Amino acid sequence: MGIERHLNDTVHVTNLEWFVNWARKSSMWPLGFGLACCALEMIATFVSRYDLSRFGMEVARPSPRHADLMIVSGTASKKMLPAILRIYEQMAEPRWVIAMGACACTGGIYKNYAVVQGIDRWLPVDVYIPGCPPRPEALLDGILQLHAKVMKEQSIHNPRVTNIKVAGR
Amino acid sequence: MNQEQIAEKLLDKFGLDVVQTAVTFLDQITVTVAKEKILEVCTFLKEDPELAFNFLSFVAGVDRYPKTPRFEMVYQLSSLTRRHRFRIKALVEESEPGSAIIDSVFSIWPTADWHERETAEMFGITFRNHPDPRKLLLPEEWTCHPLRKDFSLYGTDEDTPDLPHKAGSQGI
Repeated sequence: MGIERHLNDTVHVTNLEWFVNWARKSSMWPLGFGLACCALEMIATFVSRYDLSRFGMEVARPSPRHADLMIVSGTASKKMLPAILRIYEQMAEPRWVIAMGACACTGGIYKNYAVVQGIDRWLPVDVYIPGCPPRPEALLDGILQLHAKVMKEQSIHNPRVTNIKVAGR
Repeated sequence: MNQEQIAEKLLDKFGLDVVQTAVTFLDQITVTVAKEKILEVCTFLKEDPELAFNFLSFVAGVDRYPKTPRFEMVYQLSSLTRRHRFRIKALVEESEPGSAIIDSVFSIWPTADWHERETAEMFGITFRNHPDPRKLLLPEEWTCHPLRKDFSLYGTDEDTPDLPHKAGSQGI
């Protein structure tokens, strides 16, 4: 079955960094964090037409303990922000953040007193996906961009920085 | 009953001291009543069998800054049995901060609870005898009133910080 047929009874040599990165990006479980209309586009990305399962991402975890990727999809209001930060802080390393949609990137059309003007003030964002809302293809592209970014990580020679400074902290 | 009949009935019952002005626009009459008598007027509107306004569509505030009196309270009434609607207003003056006070109509229409809580936090109007005067929409620690005309659209770091313990850490 599967890959076992191609592996003979022998030792295989690979690049450890590459292998770790490959394992991480091939099973990157997202934390479904739908805050507004973008959540529906995210749901559409999960279901059959766009089928995020192809990338090993069908398990959208409701619990931050199981998730690697936080997709902040939608308008982050200032009243919601403490909950977002608490959930992000409970996620185990390594973790990544995608800011999905104009609101999560910059506050979008809501330039007012009630909305956080870009979630990157408080979280280290890896990939920004513009659009209002971004189509599922855009979210898929953003996820593939993140996969490419993960594959370039050098976990041994150049360890990832975890205490990233963002504007708010 | 049509709008004129309702306004007429109110005027006959309470007189010109209470029913102060009536404005007609698009076949709708809006009557302004004295805010001290708002409970009496609302009770009459609900209890009278011909009027029978048993449903309060909404309570809202309006900021007429810099006019005086500064605030208007708007009560949109509807009668499910009589199938007519009517709107009354009451003018609320704020001579010094926190002095804009009006009676809560919760005792007449319980649905006023949340509407009045929202109006209270957005405009800073106090509702006398409100059963639950907590905030409804805004973060608990904010003390500003965002729907006032003199409130800046973007807020300030002091008024509307992103996080309570991070006040003043960043600009818009």
